[in-house]
Amino acid sequence: MPVSVFEVERLCKVYRSGAIEVRALDGVDLKMAAGELIVLLGPSGSGKSTLLNILGGLDHATSGTVRFRGQDITRLDDRGLTEFRRAHIGFVFQFYNLVPSLTARENVALVTEIAPEPMTPEEALDWVGLSPRMDHFPAELSGGEQQRVAIARAIAKKPEVLLCDEPTGALDSRTGVRVLEALERINRELGTTTVVITHNAAIKEMAHTVISFADGRVSEVRHNTSRRAPSEISW
Amino acid sequence: MRSLDKKLVRDFRRMWAQVLAIALVLASGVATLVLALGALRSLEETRATYYERYRFADVFAAVTRAPISLADKLEAIPGVIAADTRIRKLALLDIEGFALPATGLFISLPDQGGEKLNRLYLRLGRLAEPGRVDEVVINEAFSKAHGLLPGAKVKAILNGRMRTLTVVGIALSPEFIYALGPGDLMPDDRRFGVFWMSRQALGSLFDLDGAFNSLTLKLLPGADEATVIDRVDRLLERYGGSGATGRRDQTSHAFLDAELKQLTALARVMPPIFLLVTAFLINITLSRLVALEREQIGLLKAVGYHPSTIALHYVKFVLAIAFSGIAIGALAGAQMGHGLTRLYGDFFHFPFLIFARDPTIYILAAAVSTVAAVAGALHTVLEVLKLPPAVAMHPPAPPRYRKFFHSRPRWLPPLPQTATMALRNMVRWPLRSGFTLLGIALACGLMVTALLSFDSVDLMVDVAFNRMDRQHATIDFGEPNHTRAVRAVAGLPGVMRTEPYRAAPVRLVNGARSRQLSIVGLGEARDLSRVLDQDFRPVPLPETGIAISERVAEILDLKRGDMVTVEATTGKRRVAKVPVTEVIKSYFGLGVFMRLSALDDLLDDGARISGVRFAYDTAQEAALFKAVKATPAISAIALNRVSLVKFRETLAQNIDYMVTIYTTLAIIITFGVVYNSARIQLSERARELASLRVLGFTRGEVSWVLLSELAIITTAAIPLGWLFGYGFGWLLIQSFSSDLYRVPFVIDQATYAIAALIVIAASAVSALIVRRRVDHLDLVAVLKTRD
Repeated sequence: MPVSVFEVERLCKVYRSGAIEVRALDGVDLKMAAGELIVLLGPSGSGKSTLLNILGGLDHATSGTVRFRGQDITRLDDRGLTEFRRAHIGFVFQFYNLVPSLTARENVALVTEIAPEPMTPEEALDWVGLSPRMDHFPAELSGGEQQRVAIARAIAKKPEVLLCDEPTGALDSRTGVRVLEALERINRELGTTTVVITHNAAIKEMAHTVISFADGRVSEVRHNTSRRAPSEISW
Repeated sequence: MRSLDKKLVRDFRRMWAQVLAIALVLASGVATLVLALGALRSLEETRATYYERYRFADVFAAVTRAPISLADKLEAIPGVIAADTRIRKLALLDIEGFALPATGLFISLPDQGGEKLNRLYLRLGRLAEPGRVDEVVINEAFSKAHGLLPGAKVKAILNGRMRTLTVVGIALSPEFIYALGPGDLMPDDRRFGVFWMSRQALGSLFDLDGAFNSLTLKLLPGADEATVIDRVDRLLERYGGSGATGRRDQTSHAFLDAELKQLTALARVMPPIFLLVTAFLINITLSRLVALEREQIGLLKAVGYHPSTIALHYVKFVLAIAFSGIAIGALAGAQMGHGLTRLYGDFFHFPFLIFARDPTIYILAAAVSTVAAVAGALHTVLEVLKLPPAVAMHPPAPPRYRKFFHSRPRWLPPLPQTATMALRNMVRWPLRSGFTLLGIALACGLMVTALLSFDSVDLMVDVAFNRMDRQHATIDFGEPNHTRAVRAVAGLPGVMRTEPYRAAPVRLVNGARSRQLSIVGLGEARDLSRVLDQDFRPVPLPETGIAISERVAEILDLKRGDMVTVEATTGKRRVAKVPVTEVIKSYFGLGVFMRLSALDDLLDDGARISGVRFAYDTAQEAALFKAVKATPAISAIALNRVSLVKFRETLAQNIDYMVTIYTTLAIIITFGVVYNSARIQLSERARELASLRVLGFTRGEVSWVLLSELAIITTAAIPLGWLFGYGFGWLLIQSFSSDLYRVPFVIDQATYAIAALIVIAASAVSALIVRRRVDHLDLVAVLKTRD
């Protein structure tokens, strides 16, 4: 039995806007095994992003528990969540969210300056194959390169978990594959548990586990017996 | 309502805090303009009307004793419309229930035909009856200070005899709008009163039947004052004329003039500062609004809105801000104007106040404010006009940043990335950073300017009362007296030390420049009346030669070692050339000093003194004052210690008022600049800040990323603000300087520190208000949207 990084029990998230109540998560139970590459699949509004945000400590749950290595993070206050993110979680978003006034190297250094035992920015950029471009500003990099900087920034602090929300959403197939390759390699060589949200069903082929969402619930959990390399995927 | 106008109203409501911050800065400009111009016009108009209706004279002269028959000759001088010959004498007063001795200035009223010039405005009662030696009309300020109404009795020593006078009327005169007692630095209405009495009565009391000792003249418009003065001086010469002067040297007029000069300076300096800052704030706020609405602008253009309609929409937004500011400013200005006018009411005694409700002031204020606001919007509005719809629908090209160094020099320690962000951002938007810095610096400069008055007044007081004129009181005899009078003063109860002085009216001439003033002769051994050199060290007076104050040196273009001609305007009218042996410090009046014996020699009429300065034992004050009041030879007494208290009190009141206004204005500027900059930064960098939060930065750390830039700018702005303060202060002090007083220009280190602290505090509070918004950033929402 592999060790679980996250154990989620009866997790609910309800958004209220006036009289309207939206149940984004409606009693989710699941476990995420350490070191796996997990893909969350599902249509828009199925709850996968909400789950990712709660796992990453960006949002509070309405009810239920999320245990990270046994610690209930739903009980943490804002300060506690910040500490949790700072210590354990790396995020990658669809729109990169790099700081435009800092070069690639400096964007990564932003994290290494506050992390306890980080790799060097150069090392992190090397992981995503961007060493030659590390003194460029985001505006001077392509979308795929920017996303790889974002990944380098996310892994530089050596997080236990890497949470990626539509990391290839804004990219074409070819550059998207390079981003996926970087994620796969990190997962394989660093052992970072990697959770990827995607609309793109093709990506599930590279995962250890695929969790499908529908209407705020987990509709299916599937373990791939054989995985494909990112280079074999296209869309 | 059209859709765009609905959007306007909603934008206005949504951005209320930013709009208010800008409107307040603009309002400050409008308010200072309305305040200064309004008060200036009101005072000018009131004065002009008062002078005209009550026939304020143009030329004034004092004479020892001249026959009334001379009046015809004086009126025959070309350019003179009317000559008023009268009697003017000082006398010591004894007011019941008032321990301090007070001084009364007695002026004669013609017994027939009414006053030709300087007519009285009778507030209560009636004029004194011809020939009645016991009836007086008193000035309103003195009557108010003592609660003296018609029927009240006052005792006065008139020509050596104590008399009881009955107040029959209360009046005001254009000659005493600012009523300053002899030897005083500030009006003290308790200790100085003006008394009008029948000419016949006053003539008989002072043995001046058929004669006069004071002359005032009214000139034809356009008459040459200097020529008239020259003719008057020649006519009065043999009767002991001490030199006629124009309005410029009439005390009341000169003080009022100095005040008007200050108001003019205020109207010129302050409003432009606020309008400049307003234009900048509108510029940054509108350009951010337009950047956020770029796609909407593209859409509107795409669906067929005319570019000018869209541009006008933004102009309307700016006009809405401008009009709010103008409305607030006009109200505040009118309100503060009332405050200022009330303050003037304490100082300047007008029978009526004409409030210049001149709409042109408001129109002018509104016009310049609108121009400033629109000028601030111009650049952005032109961009809105030019922006092609297809381009507008796409996000703008990302800003380009530059590295400071290709590779960091070895001497430079590595900067945290957050500091790098702040620095690069500042350099990326140099105009915005520059103007933010300028705005904060201006606020700091204002604070320094406001506070330096304290420093200057402290120094003035210290020099005047503690280092120069250290006497507790000064007795003036009215006429030159024998030197033995010193002994009489020394014999008064409690008197510890006496020093005689002699004041002689002279004309100092240096080439084409000349000036009428008094030389004060002082004894050799002096401890009370000291003369200070430029380094505030007491200097002895030489056997011959004169020491002149900086102001006199300036007026006559003299320096140490120059020769100057002294023409005595009384007595034997001797003329002598004497060396200037010292240019000395003096903040009040036109000080010229000489050794007493040298002055006696120069005037060639024997050893005489005009009065005695003395120090007394305060424990015996009551006995002293009682004795003074009963001493016939004393016509006036200046109580320097009492004067000092009054001086400090009055100035403190004025300065408090000004400091409160200036501090408020400085805080408004700081808030306007810092709050708006921070809001715009937050709007532009929300995504960046949210990213940092996600990366694990705490709220505090993220706020610091946003606010460190403002902290750096504020820190850099402070020294510049000090420099501005120095400059404004210097300008302000120049506008304060007149022949009446010269305000020293000093700024304490504490002033710089307090100014900086106030600006930093205002800046910090504004920043913290924005920080609360950083705390509530919706991380998920911000990060999920495309930039």
